[in-house]
Amino acid sequence: MSELTASPTAVPRLSLRPRPLAALADAVTMSGRSLRMARRNVDVLLTSLLLPVLIMLLFVYLFGGAIETGTRYVTYVVPGVLLLSAGFGAASTAVSVTADMTGGIIDRFRSLDVAGASVLAGHVAASVVRNLASTVLVFGVAFAIGFRPSAGPLDWLAGAGILVLFIVAISWLSAAFGLLARSPEAAGGFTFLVMFLPYPSSAFVPIETMPGWLHGFAENQPVTPVIETLRGLLLGLPVGAGPAKAVAWCLAILVASVAVSGVLFRRRAA
Amino acid sequence: MSGQLMIEASGLEKSYGAVRVLDGVDLAVERGRVIALLGPNGAGKTTTVRILATLARADAGTARVAGFDVVTERRQVRRRISLTGQYAALDELQTGEENLRMMGRLSGLPGSAARRRAGELLEQFDLAEAGRRAVGTFSGGMRRRLDLAASLVGQPSVIFLDEPTTGLDPRSRQAVWQVVAGLATSGVTIFLTTQYLEEADRLADRITVLDGGRVVADGTSEALKRQVAGQRLDLVLADAPAFDEVARQLDGRGVQRDLKRLTIGVPTDGSAAQVRALLDEVDPARRAVARFAVHSATLDDVFLALTGHPTDRPSTDDNEHEHDKEPAGV
Repeated sequence: MSELTASPTAVPRLSLRPRPLAALADAVTMSGRSLRMARRNVDVLLTSLLLPVLIMLLFVYLFGGAIETGTRYVTYVVPGVLLLSAGFGAASTAVSVTADMTGGIIDRFRSLDVAGASVLAGHVAASVVRNLASTVLVFGVAFAIGFRPSAGPLDWLAGAGILVLFIVAISWLSAAFGLLARSPEAAGGFTFLVMFLPYPSSAFVPIETMPGWLHGFAENQPVTPVIETLRGLLLGLPVGAGPAKAVAWCLAILVASVAVSGVLFRRRAA
Repeated sequence: MSGQLMIEASGLEKSYGAVRVLDGVDLAVERGRVIALLGPNGAGKTTTVRILATLARADAGTARVAGFDVVTERRQVRRRISLTGQYAALDELQTGEENLRMMGRLSGLPGSAARRRAGELLEQFDLAEAGRRAVGTFSGGMRRRLDLAASLVGQPSVIFLDEPTTGLDPRSRQAVWQVVAGLATSGVTIFLTTQYLEEADRLADRITVLDGGRVVADGTSEALKRQVAGQRLDLVLADAPAFDEVARQLDGRGVQRDLKRLTIGVPTDGSAAQVRALLDEVDPARRAVARFAVHSATLDDVFLALTGHPTDRPSTDDNEHEHDKEPAGV
């Protein structure tokens, strides 16, 4: 055991690294960790990949025939399914964050001087990668069942940008929720909230077909401008103020979540 | 450099809600020493460790670890310490090697150095084979060894071990003791908490006994044992009248009484002469005592001697940071 000598020269971090650089390096390490673990958590991986595809098939083949949207239903519904699956996948961030916070590992991270923001950023980055994978899968199946977007390269780029921003915002919101929850099971409840949100929007049925008292909410909730923007970009329709509204909502959610999770992390870890 | 204080604390106080967990704790540990903080559940051991390891803040009092203040210079402190808690701080879905490499990267080692260090540690902790498997498949003893290895990745100069062998089987406990004893000879300062007198005795140069948030005794293991009888004579009585008679004879010297099982424990030095004399004294007619056994003094005996009350009080705070996820299986 004499090799375990703690000679001062061998201490790697004796001189402090500049804080932002260390935090960034730690966030990269943490993303690698989260991705590795996500890949090995087979049940969760299968659910997050297959559920969105199943939901799309459900809507297109079971409900789709009864829904009149003015276009082929598959064309109408794909942006909604993309959002639903992004929200669902991002919300599982809450579960991983709570698992970290309630297990012993967070104390080790903190005693290694890893910033709370780095831990959360790792989870969020992994969430983005996971969700992009499931998005690609949904697109693939959508093409196979007749989805034909008419977007140009710029529209694709803008659409992808909005989707990534939405995933980042919801992931960070989930992380904040994960800091609040006392058990991974409780954190799982957040998934349902996020999965429910696209229903009272234009994701699956036109808002005009909903009862009047719901219009106000459906038209002004955060998911609607994101869906409208995605749909507009993919189908080459005019988007108007949609993108601005969508970006504003996402940024607002993101900034609020980052701020709140910073406070929660410090309080939770005190 | 010997004589330099690596851990200093004075007047540490901490309350969680209405529960006063630490009530003025003073500590001083020199470089290269092993100190054991001995106490029952709820004595404030975990809280003390968390304050010294910069994870919790004291309501009052100050502490310096490795020469730095745990509040105002916490980053400097964190650079020089490691903490191994009661529950393995490992990712079950990562392999042993990946866990160690991750800790290496988080300690600021470049990728190749982190890989080298992980390999070294797996070798030293006899985990080279298992290192390629997911930690979820490890036994309790292997997890604890890996957890200890993980805490050494950054080559800390002060190591905090919070109840390192709680929940381990005797063989794994021996293995952890060997590791800690090996570390101690390498010159690092070790601060460990334990509920086991035997563990403190085996590992520590000095034992600090904590009870109800206060230090009630402090000294070498020998000094403590001089205060407390080293052994306990357990008498099994023939029947209830014999139990009452012997209890009366002992007149308060019996440290543990169990009327249901008809047992009484009496402090002794364990020598044949003293045991014989005790038996003759409490049972002159040689009918009351059915059987007897001599055991090493337990924490209960120490506490009774030092504090005048046994350890079976409701535990309070140390559970504050505990989780109900005990590593499964061994």
